[in-house]
Amino acid sequence: MYSLALGAFALAMAGCGGKKEGALETPAPSASAPAGKTVDAATAGEVTGTVKLDGPAPKMKAINMAADPACAKAHTSPVTNEEVLTGDDGTLANVVVYVKSGLDGYSFPAPSTPVKLDQPGCRYHPHVIGAQVGQNIEVFNSDQTIHNTHLSSKENRELNQSQLPGAQPIEKSFAREEIAIPVRCNVHPWMKAYMAVLPNPYFQVTGKDGAFDLKDLPPGTYILVAWHEIYGTSEQTITIGPKESKSVTFAFKASAAAGD
Amino acid sequence: MDTTPNRSLHKYAIFTALSTFFLLIAGALVTSNDAGLSIPDWPLAYGSLVPPMVGGIRYEYIHRVVATFVGLLTIGLATWLWRAEKRVWLRWLGLAALGGVVAQGILGGMTVRMYQPPAVSAAHATLAQLFFSTVIAIAVFTSAWWQNELVEMEDRGAPRVRCLAIWTTVAVFLQLILGAAFRHNGFGIIPHLIGAAIVTILIFLTAGALKRHFSHSRPLRKCARLLRILIGVQLLLGAGAWWSRVYSAQFPQPIAVMVTLTVVHTVTGALVLAAILVTTLVLYRILGVGVGTTMADSDSSATTERIAQ
Repeated sequence: MYSLALGAFALAMAGCGGKKEGALETPAPSASAPAGKTVDAATAGEVTGTVKLDGPAPKMKAINMAADPACAKAHTSPVTNEEVLTGDDGTLANVVVYVKSGLDGYSFPAPSTPVKLDQPGCRYHPHVIGAQVGQNIEVFNSDQTIHNTHLSSKENRELNQSQLPGAQPIEKSFAREEIAIPVRCNVHPWMKAYMAVLPNPYFQVTGKDGAFDLKDLPPGTYILVAWHEIYGTSEQTITIGPKESKSVTFAFKASAAAGD
Repeated sequence: MDTTPNRSLHKYAIFTALSTFFLLIAGALVTSNDAGLSIPDWPLAYGSLVPPMVGGIRYEYIHRVVATFVGLLTIGLATWLWRAEKRVWLRWLGLAALGGVVAQGILGGMTVRMYQPPAVSAAHATLAQLFFSTVIAIAVFTSAWWQNELVEMEDRGAPRVRCLAIWTTVAVFLQLILGAAFRHNGFGIIPHLIGAAIVTILIFLTAGALKRHFSHSRPLRKCARLLRILIGVQLLLGAGAWWSRVYSAQFPQPIAVMVTLTVVHTVTGALVLAAILVTTLVLYRILGVGVGTTMADSDSSATTERIAQ
């Protein structure tokens, strides 16, 4: 009897959870909106900038890959965590910089080119990716070992799929904006990545130089956001005139991790 | 149907309980190593019976194998009880254990197929403790001393020691649910800490009552000492497990000290439950449920010594 009661309780509670793979999913309005305004290249401007970390970057811990010899063999030198990756002058990598609002009325069809995510040497590469709503994401396994790809999405369909060495890429697209979907491999618990799904093409993920360049922005006032997995989000409002270029700097405080 | 105690059945029940304890360890290792979703399919593993044994797959697969073994043992236990046991309620308890293990398997599959929703994972962890308690109780009920003719002792405690032990058992079980919910991200730590305080008080009250009212009884003195030791160790382990979780947060993967402390804390919780449950059952057996023959303290000592053998 207790088994039935617990099972029913669990089923009932599970029904309150997020969307699951295979569940009916209605595309978000932004993904299915009728064709709206298009950007006039003649008046479009540009926002460039840099993301910095204010303060000393935390020392990243070494990853122990002994649990899978195939992973350990893939590296000749110690591998460290990629949560906080900085370049010269404290520039911060793996930050998604995107336009949060100010593009009402515009329509941005999803690019036909897929975004690629690979797992060489039991690490996700790149560590953070950005894709547009509806754009295909392909997850490859170029390793000589097995992986599972677990996308613990809250706004889109959750996914957990295995991938044997040399298997076909996992293809996935998302119907809703979400920043950012954690990607995990539970076979190798150190493997973590993030997928940012955005409703427009005005986003970039910074490299070690912390730089971003959002081109072809129509004139207007926008909220620009920088998101980092540890330091959270930072917003700035900017106004772009016709053919205008503006430079913006985001600075995250090293002592202000999102979880603090 | 045979009415004499079945020693083989009792030993089999003990073996099932021990196997279940190892299953609890295997399950706790899965959670602590964050390996619950390392095998995305169920009941098969990567489409086969034996997956590649690397990384988190090892923990999840071993857990599934031990669970299957315990499931088979439980089928045997329920069948044996049904065929050989004269007490109808105990036969049904065997079936309840079988239902529990089947439900537990389904919940395990649900955690995989539904990507570990906290409610399902916590229910899986909770049912594990409930199933363990059921098998422990069956082992107690099938023992020879449980089935011996005993002269009842008197419960002179106020509140009655039996009631105190029952409430302590319930509190420990609820505390294990809170622990499971915390471990599977259903709740924060606060409810579990409050539960720890309540359980500690109740266990010390129960142990104190046992010592005061049954000091002449070596088995009950042992129960009292065991409960005190277990709760003390469990509190230290809980503090250690919490520290290790905070400390390991800066690491990119589960670290050995965190895995060890959280797993030992989890299974010691199961031992606390088993200890208080056995204590309660022993109390019920020797104190009786209703009005029975009361014996002098000097005699009761000998009786309880006999019971424990």
